[in-house]
Amino acid sequence: MSEADGTGALGTGAGGTDDDTILSVQGLTKHFSQSDGMLSALFDEPPVRAVEDVSFDVKRGETLGLVGESGCGKSTLARTILRLVDPTDGAVYFEGDNLAELSGSNLRERRRDLQMIFQDPQSSLDPRMKVGPIVEEPMKAHGLYKGEREERARELLEKVGLDPHHYNRYPHQFSGGQRQRINLARALSVNPDFIVCDEPVSALDVSIQAQVLNTMQELQDEFGLTYLFIAHDLSVIRHISDRVAVMYLGKLVELAETEELFEHPEHPYTKALLDSIPVPDPRSEGARSVLEGDVPSPIEPPSGCRFRTRCPRLIQPDEFSMDSDTWKAVREFARAVDRRTFEADDRAAVRAEFFPDGTPSGRAGTVVDDALDRVADDEWEDAAEQLISTFADASICATEEPSYSVDPTIGDGEHFAACHLHRDDVEAPAPADD
Amino acid sequence: MATTTGSDTDSRTESDAQAVESDPEQPAANVGWRYTVSQVRRDPTALAGLGIIGVATLVAVIAFLDQTVLPMFGIEQYAIAQAVWMSPNAEVAPQLLPPAWTTNVFGEGTWAHPLGTDDRGRDILARVFYGTRIAISVGVIATTIALVAGTVVGSVAGYYGGRIDDVLMRAVETLYAIPFLVLVIVFMVAFGRDLTFAMIGVGIANIPTFARLIRSRVLSVREEDYIEAARAAGVRDRNIIFRHVIPNSFAPVLVQATLQIGVAILIVAGLSFLGFGAQPPTPSWGQMLSQSRDYMLPDPWFSIWPGLAILITVVGFNLLGDGLRDALDPRINN
Amino acid sequence: MSEPLLTVENLKTQFFTEEGTVRAVDGVNFEVNEGELVGLVGESGAGKSVAAQSIMRLVEEPGRIVDGTVTFDGKKLVDIEETPDGRMEESDEMLSNREMREQVRGREIAIVFQDPMESLNPVFKVGAQLREFIELNRGVNESEAKTIAVDMLREVGIPEPEARYDDYPHEFSGGMRQRVLIAMALACEPRLIIADEPTTALDVTVEGQILDLVSDLQERYDTAFLWVTHDMGVVAEICDRVNVMYLGEVIEEAEVDDLFHDTKHPYTEALLRSMPRPDRSVESLDPIKGVMPEAINPPSGCRFHTRCPEAREACKEFHPEYQDVSDADEAPHAVSCIKYERVGYEDSDPLQTEATGAFAGGLADMRGDDDGRDPAGVPGGEADE
Repeated sequence: MSEADGTGALGTGAGGTDDDTILSVQGLTKHFSQSDGMLSALFDEPPVRAVEDVSFDVKRGETLGLVGESGCGKSTLARTILRLVDPTDGAVYFEGDNLAELSGSNLRERRRDLQMIFQDPQSSLDPRMKVGPIVEEPMKAHGLYKGEREERARELLEKVGLDPHHYNRYPHQFSGGQRQRINLARALSVNPDFIVCDEPVSALDVSIQAQVLNTMQELQDEFGLTYLFIAHDLSVIRHISDRVAVMYLGKLVELAETEELFEHPEHPYTKALLDSIPVPDPRSEGARSVLEGDVPSPIEPPSGCRFRTRCPRLIQPDEFSMDSDTWKAVREFARAVDRRTFEADDRAAVRAEFFPDGTPSGRAGTVVDDALDRVADDEWEDAAEQLISTFADASICATEEPSYSVDPTIGDGEHFAACHLHRDDVEAPAPADD
Repeated sequence: MATTTGSDTDSRTESDAQAVESDPEQPAANVGWRYTVSQVRRDPTALAGLGIIGVATLVAVIAFLDQTVLPMFGIEQYAIAQAVWMSPNAEVAPQLLPPAWTTNVFGEGTWAHPLGTDDRGRDILARVFYGTRIAISVGVIATTIALVAGTVVGSVAGYYGGRIDDVLMRAVETLYAIPFLVLVIVFMVAFGRDLTFAMIGVGIANIPTFARLIRSRVLSVREEDYIEAARAAGVRDRNIIFRHVIPNSFAPVLVQATLQIGVAILIVAGLSFLGFGAQPPTPSWGQMLSQSRDYMLPDPWFSIWPGLAILITVVGFNLLGDGLRDALDPRINN
Repeated sequence: MSEPLLTVENLKTQFFTEEGTVRAVDGVNFEVNEGELVGLVGESGAGKSVAAQSIMRLVEEPGRIVDGTVTFDGKKLVDIEETPDGRMEESDEMLSNREMREQVRGREIAIVFQDPMESLNPVFKVGAQLREFIELNRGVNESEAKTIAVDMLREVGIPEPEARYDDYPHEFSGGMRQRVLIAMALACEPRLIIADEPTTALDVTVEGQILDLVSDLQERYDTAFLWVTHDMGVVAEICDRVNVMYLGEVIEEAEVDDLFHDTKHPYTEALLRSMPRPDRSVESLDPIKGVMPEAINPPSGCRFHTRCPEAREACKEFHPEYQDVSDADEAPHAVSCIKYERVGYEDSDPLQTEATGAFAGGLADMRGDDDGRDPAGVPGGEADE
């Protein structure tokens, strides 16, 4: 069901953007150094790999949702696209120009067409400026609408659902929802084509959230805007997006049309994410499959697929051929040892807990038995190291970076899933059998 | 219970709701001069400071008119003072007279010289009066120099960070490492001993105070989303610094500046005492103190008057500075 | 039926600010039974957190509990009565501050806050903080307390608890810190845990872990929970019974299934309709118009009438009675809406507000307009406090 396409499944070729692609992100990478200052050169600290080799296209007029947990790099990605931080590598083509390479004044000019809306309506407006000048500032910066700026600002205030008389008020005189509307008016003032929205409604109450989302949709229709909509709230993403991209630990793990992604997620992380949202309906099936552990550090992310250390569907190394229950037991045992989540006073009890049907046969069994011995002897680290190197590090999930294009079940849009379950030679098990 | 009208229903507001319920401990952002002024007006100590500074400034302005402006129009120097109550030009007064209500070894006080006369028979009240001009202008000008230079250096360093920050701040710290008086005196020895260089010297020596203060504020302000929003909108860095960064970092600097005027007055008085700064016969408080040193034992009054003038003025600026701090810092009020 | 573990009656907490008296909690009634997980849900400004703090008597200046009774297991945590000369005073039965501290807080009722970083002192090791808390509240010696602390950490799913015992709070992730706080809350085996938005700051997958943990622990220890949240999803997931708050009042109370599927109050209904759903695509959202008015000067009559799509003239005049409207054979379902009273709602004319759709739709009409600083819109009868 899948076509292997190892080389950046989503890139449309270098620099080439077809007509309905407004923004093309290609191999975008951002590493932060951990320290700066005069003496930092003396210490060679590894960088924080916030965004790693992300590629996708945004089509004109669509809303592309970008979802992920805190720390997954989605905000950094947005800022890197807008060149608010300089990318470490990669290209961002916006209507033909590579934003990543534009310099000072060219970049400043180009920013007219790309605007941004921020998460915190409190801090994204200068508390010492009145609403009118705030809305007019981008026009002034680009020397647009001279002489008619005030008129236009008032018009925009009305467009976003505020009173034009609010022109002379300070931001603190408005509520969160209204301030987010001021943000919208400011972004719209230079008539941009593309707006990056960084969690624009997550600071708002539910009922206000709906008001602002509706306004954003109406404005999109009226002005033909394209949104890159970043959020951690999957309900909001599902509501507003045409297509959705999911990020985990700096990498894109899945991208598909909204219905397709929510109904047929093909990456185990997306599945876990979808399963863990509390549904506002007590009758919905509470089939929560909760992920274990925490997100690993972006300083030394796992090799291959970054999700593999928590993945409930880690693929067993080629040398083994355990059945799925046995492999699951081995996997869970290895992680439990690595995280030391149990007490090992009694080898038999541990064995019974993790391997009620007996340890696997062959080399796998030898390694497991050995690990059980070591755990019982309180040699946790040795045991963990042996288990991880035998079972986790040898997996294709650790040795190769996944990048596959899957046939969509709903619609005919592209469906990208960075998971080796979709490589050709693996019989992809029916979804949701885990 | 409230009788609510129909129009009330329609005009329910978001900002109403917001102002109160969402965060009772966080007052609405305190913005604008009007708010600051209203806060200061409710604070009696700040008002007292403001009163002292007001009187001192008024005196300084009259003295300036009297000594410098009016003579330009051919009017006799000290015309205002003479017309009102005293004659600073009177030459014939006895020397070292005590205040009017006392006597000392040199003679008996007279109401013609209410605070007495100095070792040349000049009226002490008149000299204290005209010394105000020097004190106020020195304090304000020296502090303005430090404020402007410090703000630019500090905000540029804080906003850009990295190498620019390193270079600027290390330079500032070098300046900071030199003892204050040594720095000013070396500067004056190099360029000249008069008042102008005293002001410039004190101004330069004060730059680090302001640069470091505003930099620390800028470091937090530049992380605010509205700075990023302005950058994303394509606003030039220069405009961001002057329109957003500095206005939002300025409150503590303003407080510091007010306090620093008092400090500058003290320092320049000290310099005059040492013989740097205002040169005789220009009346300045520091120099008056210096001259009265020799007569301190027979009659301490000669030293008390200029000392008192310095004290009151400096206290005035400190009171106002504290009041401003309270008014500008929302965490202290409420 | 046995006595509820916690009974809150007519609780009123007000904040005395320069702008006026904020009636943050204004006559709230609810109960929590032994071993029950009760939700207290509302938007920001509804007064839910203040209500929770009032139970523990943790309201800070300028706030004050001005009226009401909170009974916990027969003890009066709050008991304010009117004296013969008309003043509101604490009754003799009300626990003193010292009794609150020594007998109730931590031992009988524990509280878990939203931000775990603020609840842990950053300069002390996590284990030491937990141990000290156990020592204080359970009267055991240091080594026993340490054993209990390590057990508790393991219990709430902290890996390598012996090693993590000596870590500082900043070395824990957000989810792990919240686990530590839950461990701390559970350590003294309290009978009630008040959880004030404990998962709001966490990511969904971590929130899922915590919710699972809580359901687990609740079954094992049979602790009652009062779960304060704004998230209807969390409520649906874990609560047995739910109280919905709006502008300082509880306006609906029902078992969780009834609340979602037999919704009685227009506010609850509108709130549910305004939410995007994770489990299905919703064509267009139906937001509640306007914003919650301020609690300094709440609207007359029913407090929701300014935003209610079903508001009629009568809603402005009559303050609805909070009453049980369920049939005899059903679980209790209390609601405060005059639709369920006989005060003439049926015969009353629809109220002319934007919320009732009496005005033409469109963007400009959605503005929550302001407060009378607009020259034209000075409201006539604004009451001054």
